[in-house]
Amino acid sequence: MSTSSAPVEVERPRSEEDVRPDRPWLTIVWNDPINLMSYVTYVFQTVFGYSKPKAEKLMLDVHHKGRAVVSNGTREEMEHDVQTLHSFGLWATVRQDI
Amino acid sequence: MSTGFRRVRHGLRITLSEDETTVIRTLMEQLLVILGELPQGDPGLAELGISENRAAPDDPVLARLFPDGYRDDTEAAIEFRRYTESSLRDGKREAVEVVLETAKTPGEITLDEDQARSWLRALNDVRLALGTRLEITEESYERMDELDWDDPKFPMFSMYDWLTFLQESLVRALG
Repeated sequence: MSTSSAPVEVERPRSEEDVRPDRPWLTIVWNDPINLMSYVTYVFQTVFGYSKPKAEKLMLDVHHKGRAVVSNGTREEMEHDVQTLHSFGLWATVRQDI
Repeated sequence: MSTGFRRVRHGLRITLSEDETTVIRTLMEQLLVILGELPQGDPGLAELGISENRAAPDDPVLARLFPDGYRDDTEAAIEFRRYTESSLRDGKREAVEVVLETAKTPGEITLDEDQARSWLRALNDVRLALGTRLEITEESYERMDELDWDDPKFPMFSMYDWLTFLQESLVRALG
């Protein structure tokens, strides 16, 4: 057994560069012609606790752009949000942020 | 004709005529039938809240009421459906039951906040079902103005329009 003061080559985890910061997951709401604008705003306020102006802005984004990201977080949180939005009849999906 | 929902001291109130009560009850009962058409699969698993359905239902109305939770990831969409579909259906059923219990007879109905929220969801689901059948688009309102009274779709369109009015009044009263 030898002791050496020489720096030891420690095997560094190869993954250092492969590890990506946690990419947040997103809840996306898609536009549909049936849900009322006032109702969608109400749902965003109720489900996420957003202020009326914020909820209205998101609703208009959905309406004009065809979809909007309405919340982000862990995958589990987003699945929970989508499940809740489905219970209100909104057309929502989960996606990982790119 | 009903003037819609309004807030009163102890909740939300609406007055419905006999015809309006019949229309609401009929539509809600039809929604229960539609919800019952969603394949249930193994009863034991269903009891645990696990669905065996792998894809969105073929029927466009059911597909709209039970959409995929993922768009570009089929496996994730299957898993999501497996664990959420049954409770989604139960929730929709419960909302409809609240409407049927509170709108038994014509006249004045006063709802508490929870009942009003159930009404809101059930009205929305009925509109989703009817609107999907009518193939409603953003331009449908123009189409509706052009419809003749004797067009076979006219009654469904006017029902849809009336439900829209009711729901809008309820959102406003709750908001």
